[in-house]
Amino acid sequence: MGHSLKRKEDARFIQGKGHYVDDVKLPGMLYMDIVRSPYAYAKIKEIDISEAMKVPGVVAVVSGRDLEKYNLHWMPTLMSDTQMVLPTDTVMYQSQEVCAVIATTKYAARDGREAVRVSYEPMKPVIDPFKAMDPAAPVLRTDKPGKKDNHIWHWAAGDKEKTEEVFSKADIVVKEQMHIPRIHVASIETCGCVADYDKVNNHLTMYMTTQAPHAIRTVIALVAGHVGLTEEKVRVIAPDIGGGFGGKVPVYPGYVIAIAVSFLVGKPVKWVEDRSENLQADSFARDYHITAEMAGTKDGKILGTRFKILADHGYTDASANPSKFPTGMFSIATGSYDYDTTYMECDAIYTNKPPGGVAYRCSFRVTEAVHAIERITDRFALEVGKDPADLRMQNFIKKEQFPWKSPTGWIYDSGDYHAGLEKAMEALNYNDLRREQAEKRAKGELMGIGISTFTEIVGAGPSKDFDILGIKMFDSAEIRVHPTGKAIARFGTKSQGQGHETTYAQIIAEELGLPAENIAIEEGDTDTAPYGLGTYASRSTPTAGAAAAMAARKLRDKARKIAAYLLEVSEDDLEWEPGKFFVKGAPEKAKTIQEIVFAAYTNHPQGMEAGFEATHYYDPPNLTFPSGAYICVVDLDKETCEIKVRRFVAIDDCGNIINPMIVQGQVHGGLTQGIAPAMYEELIYDEQGNILNGTFMDYLVPTAVESPKWETGHTVTPSPHHPIGAKGVGESPTVGAPPAIANAIVDALAPYGITHLDIPITPYKIFKALKEKGVF
Amino acid sequence: MTKNINVTVNGTQHTLEVEPRLLLVHMIREVLNMTGTHIGCDTSSCGACTILLDGKSIKSCTVLAVQANGKSITTIEGLAPEGGPLHPLQEGFKENHGLHCGFCTPGMIMRAHELLENNPNPTEDEIRWGIAGNLCRCTGYNNIVKAIQWAGCKMRGEETPSTEPEFV
Repeated sequence: MGHSLKRKEDARFIQGKGHYVDDVKLPGMLYMDIVRSPYAYAKIKEIDISEAMKVPGVVAVVSGRDLEKYNLHWMPTLMSDTQMVLPTDTVMYQSQEVCAVIATTKYAARDGREAVRVSYEPMKPVIDPFKAMDPAAPVLRTDKPGKKDNHIWHWAAGDKEKTEEVFSKADIVVKEQMHIPRIHVASIETCGCVADYDKVNNHLTMYMTTQAPHAIRTVIALVAGHVGLTEEKVRVIAPDIGGGFGGKVPVYPGYVIAIAVSFLVGKPVKWVEDRSENLQADSFARDYHITAEMAGTKDGKILGTRFKILADHGYTDASANPSKFPTGMFSIATGSYDYDTTYMECDAIYTNKPPGGVAYRCSFRVTEAVHAIERITDRFALEVGKDPADLRMQNFIKKEQFPWKSPTGWIYDSGDYHAGLEKAMEALNYNDLRREQAEKRAKGELMGIGISTFTEIVGAGPSKDFDILGIKMFDSAEIRVHPTGKAIARFGTKSQGQGHETTYAQIIAEELGLPAENIAIEEGDTDTAPYGLGTYASRSTPTAGAAAAMAARKLRDKARKIAAYLLEVSEDDLEWEPGKFFVKGAPEKAKTIQEIVFAAYTNHPQGMEAGFEATHYYDPPNLTFPSGAYICVVDLDKETCEIKVRRFVAIDDCGNIINPMIVQGQVHGGLTQGIAPAMYEELIYDEQGNILNGTFMDYLVPTAVESPKWETGHTVTPSPHHPIGAKGVGESPTVGAPPAIANAIVDALAPYGITHLDIPITPYKIFKALKEKGVF
Repeated sequence: MTKNINVTVNGTQHTLEVEPRLLLVHMIREVLNMTGTHIGCDTSSCGACTILLDGKSIKSCTVLAVQANGKSITTIEGLAPEGGPLHPLQEGFKENHGLHCGFCTPGMIMRAHELLENNPNPTEDEIRWGIAGNLCRCTGYNNIVKAIQWAGCKMRGEETPSTEPEFV
């Protein structure tokens, strides 16, 4: 632990020998391409497949009516809603799947897709979520008997009356309306699968871009068990995955259609979406309209917060959240500050847009929560006339106050927010920057400094509160050491680039003293890996990492017994140092772990099981609470309104660090995925529900030019309840960065009385805001 | 309707019968079964398909296989013999943590290859602009730049910088 070990998995990737889903080629494999709706809301009048069936190589065209025969045309979502696999009469969003063409080659499938003729009767779609709330709005979910509106559910947390009282009596109340728009994970590898049903053995192998292979296997068995695909007949293999970020958690219709077709024809069926389909139809993320309010004293003490959200879910609630949390972990929005009063509520609404949302590197809506609290905190600082750093220091929960119970009931495990912000301020010479800013303002130059100090909530989660479709969110590790002292360990998680083959080996190496190079790590094959809920929401280190340590400790206990037997002493006479047990006071009388393991196979004590293997299923007692202090410095060009990020310092606290190089890599990547929504990315729809930027031409994923030279550091407050004190870090940067950048830009514009701008903040938005203030 | 073409791939001559519309990236991945070159978009924006065509880095999703007739292409598999020794760029990416999921990596390395060939000692800005046609979602680019700088050093015969991560 604590070493920047180079990654073991890199060897195959740098030589072009990674094994991704689109690399899977099986004998007799068929290719699937999907016909999609050009309309956001329409009745399907007719699907004419006659021309498509004439295309050489086309084998079949599958529609909703075909799936209806097997009751597979609708499927459940993770949030107890329902989603169409293929429609039988109505399409609900532009690019929705309408029918699937199966052919012997990729190009024939595409030719077939172009030859299918669908006639539609377009209807006026409901795109604006506020209009969808109107009682006069058309009811979209006519498939739900008795449904009279577009409202999905209402959620609330906190104390409504107490909050009203605090707000009514407070010196200062600030309020801002914020929209956190739709964005897309846009991992460089799109989603796809090869569904391979073997009719002879009644067995399905599903190669799939999935972050949660076991959950998928169970879902397949629940949905298709009635046609014979029971759980022991299904094998899900997640091979190398080219980025997940939450986008490869949901079950998209394409996967289900591929399984259905393979089942019917008994041949492998490959479906890999192209980028346009990925951006236009896969689950989106975010799309929260938030009214954020903060109440406090004129001296800057925060007394309470209030948040009201309208959540646009598209045509069905296909969110990927633990089942009891429709707004994910949004209730962490009280933030890093010491106050006890809050009220938050959310209404979810249907619109004619793709369904969702996915938890895009956000720990289940923590991006939205932190954006709201950090923006409104800066707004409050502006109102009371205090420096935003001072105001935060004044209000932070103090190190001694942990474990700290938040107003919405979370028990923050540990943290030192003061140390984090101090370190960030020191790294940038914060006071010098403020002096520089004052000088520049006097000359009319626009320079801004933005701070974001966030508390994250990850590691879902303890069984008493967390489940996905009823399956508890534990995770697992299984370690087996061979006679010659080398090991293999398997996990219920699934890396999509996070480096588990290296970091899990490091955890086990630390506990057992076996070199990390001698520990092979495997994930992703449900036939061999122990059951787990997968990798997303920064949960791998908190759950499976803990399981690795606990399983390794079981092995160390067994090793102690064998060592005592070999050295002919009692267990109490032995001491452990990484890699060996030795007799107290006689260090030359020792046995290495390799000697002990060999003995487990060749000379084990009578009455003990032979072999050297242990499994642990870890049920975390609490979530973990990483935190961070980010500071961003921007310079705005007054004529072009161009934004230049001059510096960005990120201080993260993820508890004990397994591999500093990998942690830093995660922070870099997350920061770039944080500047993206802050300045560049947004999925834009017009009133007809047409997506205006559904390709990489117009959906602006940052390149190396837009991505700043990130500066990173850390503080360390170990998690007291985690076996190795680690917390997880993958999503902290995507959570913490957008408000830091937004706060910096708004700070630069403060002299003009501009108090808020919605992300993505573009030069055009700045121009419009300045124009309204009479600058242009 | 098919056409006969001759293409040298990583030093080996191939004679193939292809549809005129076959994309070069599909010729590499599907006909020759070399899957190290990846597809990440449909608008030539992402660069995951980058290979060398007569030494120049090109996006193989936007070139037809027939356009490679009589020419020589190099893919990631051809940068170094299988199992090593690695090309300095490959080594640089591993030593400097220049990859996470690995999907953009072959394209990124092939782009960097031409970049360093034309500009053996590039500034950081020149590197960032030079790889602006290659998207990465995982790394945040800092370490990709570092990897390319490291490889440049090695290829110039200079001492390579430390690969330990730097923190504030």
